[in-house]
Amino acid sequence: MSYLTLSLTLIFVLIPLILSRTLKLGLEKDTLIATIRSIIQLLAVGYVLQYVFEVDNIIFIVLMILLMIGAATQNARKKGATIHGITWKLIVTFVFIEVLTQSILLGFQIVPPTPQYIIPISGMVIGNSMVLGILFLNRFTAEVESRQDETELILTLGGTPKQAIHTQLITSIKASTIPTIESQKTIGLVQLPGMMSGQIIAGADPVQAVQFQLLILFILLTTAVVTSIMLGFLSYPTLFNNRMQFLKLKS
Amino acid sequence: MIQAAIKFHDVNYSADGLHILKNITGSFPEGKITTLVGPSGAGKSTLFKLCNGLRSPDSGEILIKGKPIEEYNPVELRRNVGIALQSATMVKGSVLENLDLPLTLQGKSIDLDDAKELLHDVGLADNILERNAKDLSGGQRQKLSIARTLVNKPKVLLLDEITSSLDRVSQHDIEELIEKINEKYGTTMIWITHNLDQALRIGHCTWVMMNGELIESGDSSLLMNPNDKRVQDFVKGEIE
Repeated sequence: MSYLTLSLTLIFVLIPLILSRTLKLGLEKDTLIATIRSIIQLLAVGYVLQYVFEVDNIIFIVLMILLMIGAATQNARKKGATIHGITWKLIVTFVFIEVLTQSILLGFQIVPPTPQYIIPISGMVIGNSMVLGILFLNRFTAEVESRQDETELILTLGGTPKQAIHTQLITSIKASTIPTIESQKTIGLVQLPGMMSGQIIAGADPVQAVQFQLLILFILLTTAVVTSIMLGFLSYPTLFNNRMQFLKLKS
Repeated sequence: MIQAAIKFHDVNYSADGLHILKNITGSFPEGKITTLVGPSGAGKSTLFKLCNGLRSPDSGEILIKGKPIEEYNPVELRRNVGIALQSATMVKGSVLENLDLPLTLQGKSIDLDDAKELLHDVGLADNILERNAKDLSGGQRQKLSIARTLVNKPKVLLLDEITSSLDRVSQHDIEELIEKINEKYGTTMIWITHNLDQALRIGHCTWVMMNGELIESGDSSLLMNPNDKRVQDFVKGEIE
């Protein structure tokens, strides 16, 4: 696609701008900021990726992944700010899920060990893990707050912290992973996934595009479940002290 | 001489910048029913949470049967020092599941006949076992909460205004039950109540707390003839 053709895609930005102005929706400023940011960010990433692919050096691959983990942590930690030590818990989770998925993919030679595969897949894994982390933390902190009485009841009856927080933990893990599982049930029927569509548009064989999409879907399934469970089991102990007393969430 | 089931020595406790318990020194005699009376905000419920190990004091010492509270395993402590709270919180599920909760936490299960007997003891019909606990009335929940606490067979039972939402007949049933358990098993009872007649009627001893302090303690009859002016005003109903 030439830059001239690319610039024509701005018509799709003009449509909401005109509608917003006509109907006085007040979305013009945010739409413009979002458009400018996406152009700059994506072009920058495109050039960085081009360089990393050309150089094909492990240090650059690791640096890219660390950058992704840093950005994902920075974004997700706001949702879990009330939980003690949430930053390192998120870092541990993202690093673990990245190592787990890449070990399987590269160890079983499912994909070749080249930056063209490692970086985009890492981006999808860490990005999805971040969204799941945010969903989980949002639900978990709400559950903990609203069910403090139940937590203390179980403690008073001689339950352990794990028993006292079990329902809240399981509810939050389920609630955060259900969207991933549910969306997989209708995939291909309602919409074609973005990555697959992109490959088909770029001229790839549709069956091969489907194979890669399935690979990604299955990875994201693991990512979703492992992220929620790991964050949950790393987070709940900080809600109690060594005398098994329930501590308030940080305000 | 009667041993102290729970003994406080110069205990202080603060939370959210508030000094809730101030220099509490006193004891709850073993095998007796002690009532804990005082105006709202006196720190009575907080004192219970300290006895049950749900909170720890900032300073001072709490002895349970002569042993510092910190030396007990929290799980064992809470099974032996049971607490029935005013809120009578229920978990999701049936009456039976709620009654079974203390044993479920230990990987066990309650015998159906024992469950029915416990319900009968607290004045509940045994045909409600399968009902959703959250559908019960306030009074029924309170009774179920007491029955559930009794499942652990605690040595000390802390009762936080358990009859405040009950009618007179149910109040009487619960008072009888508490006296029966106290006599039969020698269970130490500590009962927070706003009802001074009830405190006089069933309490062997009493503690009067105000504004985080223990003002007077001793035989329940002190409520008829208190020494402290503030307690005199409280008994007359001039402080709520």
